[in-house]
Amino acid sequence: MNAPRALVLVSNDPASVERGSEDVFRALQAEIRGHQLQDEIKVSTIGSVGEQDDLPLVMIYPEGVVYGPIGADDVRLLVEEHLIQGHIVRSLVGRMRESVGEIAWLRTRSGALPVQQRVVLGRVGIVDPESLDDYLIHDGYAALGKALFEMTPQQVIAEVDKSGLQGRGGAGFPTGRKWEFVRGAGATPKYIICNADESEPGTFKDRMVIEGDPFSLIEAMTIAAYAVGAAEGYIYIRGEYKLGYQRLENAIQQAEERGLLGDNIFGKDFNFHIHLHAGAGAYICGEETALIESIEGKRGQPRARPPYPPTYGVWGKPTAVNNVETLANVPPIIRNGGEWYIQFGTEKSRGTKIYTIMGNVNFTGVIEVPLGITLREVIDIYGQGMKKGGKLKLAQTGGSSGSIVPASLQDTPMDFESWRKAGVSLGSGALLICDEHTCVVDLARTILNFFHYECCAKCVPCRMGTHRLYEIMNDISIGRGDFESLAEIQALGLDMEILSNCGLGQTASVAVRDILKHFRAEVEEHIRDGVCRAGVCKITTAPIYIPREAVIR
Amino acid sequence: MNKTYTETELDDVIQRLVQRHGARRAEVIPILSELNETFGHIPVEALGKIRRAINAPEEGLFLADSHLYATASFYSMFSLQPVGKHVIRFCESAPCHVVGAREVIEAIQDHLGIGIGETTPDNEWTLLTTSCIGLCSVAPVIVIDDQLYGNLTPERIPDLLAQAQGGEA
Repeated sequence: MNAPRALVLVSNDPASVERGSEDVFRALQAEIRGHQLQDEIKVSTIGSVGEQDDLPLVMIYPEGVVYGPIGADDVRLLVEEHLIQGHIVRSLVGRMRESVGEIAWLRTRSGALPVQQRVVLGRVGIVDPESLDDYLIHDGYAALGKALFEMTPQQVIAEVDKSGLQGRGGAGFPTGRKWEFVRGAGATPKYIICNADESEPGTFKDRMVIEGDPFSLIEAMTIAAYAVGAAEGYIYIRGEYKLGYQRLENAIQQAEERGLLGDNIFGKDFNFHIHLHAGAGAYICGEETALIESIEGKRGQPRARPPYPPTYGVWGKPTAVNNVETLANVPPIIRNGGEWYIQFGTEKSRGTKIYTIMGNVNFTGVIEVPLGITLREVIDIYGQGMKKGGKLKLAQTGGSSGSIVPASLQDTPMDFESWRKAGVSLGSGALLICDEHTCVVDLARTILNFFHYECCAKCVPCRMGTHRLYEIMNDISIGRGDFESLAEIQALGLDMEILSNCGLGQTASVAVRDILKHFRAEVEEHIRDGVCRAGVCKITTAPIYIPREAVIR
Repeated sequence: MNKTYTETELDDVIQRLVQRHGARRAEVIPILSELNETFGHIPVEALGKIRRAINAPEEGLFLADSHLYATASFYSMFSLQPVGKHVIRFCESAPCHVVGAREVIEAIQDHLGIGIGETTPDNEWTLLTTSCIGLCSVAPVIVIDDQLYGNLTPERIPDLLAQAQGGEA
């Protein structure tokens, strides 16, 4: 078969589908068939492309022109003008520009912007995620080839170590060290697990990789398996990611057919099999030991640690559990070397980070930038400012378990080190931007309701603590709060942090305690005056402040 | 959607699922997922049958049916009770909340006259919550059956529900 002269990609992530991308896809196929061009032009779909304002997108290669938003009515013009005449249809071009090498989606508004650097998302939106051929053309499997033919497993680990890659799931543990532990563990067999149970509210970076570049994940896992000496791996993907599941299923199958996965990979004496495992709806399964329990067919309740998964993981064997984003960093590191990776980011936080921007900003979506840019830069440049000219009140970073950052901290560089110093967790990279119409009491109540609901109920501090914290905030939000309970939040939150079995309980109180720290006056207004200055809380009862000791319970 | 089934049909389905996925513990959740999809919920009597079908001693055996019950009752995508013909799952996470999810949910509750976790008397609708589905850029979001709807406003709800109901009929 001849190579097609043009490749047309239609975005079909759920957000695009919601805006009619399937109609666009069908219309394109029909139009191309109508012109008898089906042998010359290939139409395919891609997953998410990151920037989500102009959806659905249609991308035409080799020119690399990105059109959007495209409706079914625009298809005829696109085909006739671009694909037949060869003219770019300026009126339909999306707000982003074509990619330039590794540096993609360069924003055009001003000259001196920090440019997005796509290491992990380098291929997303450029390759056909359902085609292994396309992946191979775009440097796919070059890293695995290099690892298998030119490097020993120890050298692979050393290279990852040198890059300074830290886990991107939230904890920031050095990946090279983790692999070394698994490699050094005595027991066999060993396992690789890819944690694709991305359930942190406001986080969808892993979905981008899974839907847009699934082969890179398979390749990365194979490299990891080679490095630690594993023959089997699991991808634990959350049950809600149906498209991602299909994409990975297809990628595994194609890789197996080509001998890039399975027995004797690249003809070498190296076997690796991947099981794709869908979750069934439980936030806690993102915690690595809960995830392992879930794979074993049990309730997803975290284990007591230690022992940690590198010594006692799935089926009681040494297991390396890595997040999707972490793994997706591995092939570029192996391909270009650890030295190359060090150029991104800051001294102590190497590489790039994917952030998801959402909330009250003009542009919501995904960006990949070097570690160390500031929140202000993210909002002004990538978020294109606050929606409706609002004022930044706070940002929540890292999803529900993340910190509340007041506007005063927006110039702190976002890297693991600086934020740790400021008492903020970088977490999963979710950035929820809130303007002054957000009520902090209501926000805390929502966040605590989430934890109250998602708590696995295994350990008492978390089970009772999340319930009680939610109760307190709910009371405050309807005008029945009291001042004593504010002290209770502090004390209970601290107990939960110290005593809970896993990260859920340890971090559940972070947001509400941050709110008390930065926005105490606003919370007190609810209690004392029955006033919600954002106008969100429905305080129906007149505030009657009764000291607790006067209440007969 | 809840299909009615006989004991033999249930046996057949379970046997087929176990055969296809493998009689391994790692397959318990995939098997339960598919069962939930097939019948709209997981019939409690299926749990013992699945337990007996799983046979991989090296992974450790399930000793009692209650182990399976523990698993099935843990995950929010599984239902142990029959649900309505259409299931609405709305996201109640903070990113949806700050851009107006509460008003949307109130509109749904008003329109259907049911609360969260309830089913309408005519068995048409069940209203459930879901954790974040990662569509925060088009928040607020709900899922009706398997279809996703984003950028919602309370005004859109009546039409949307009618449309979802019509599409099925």
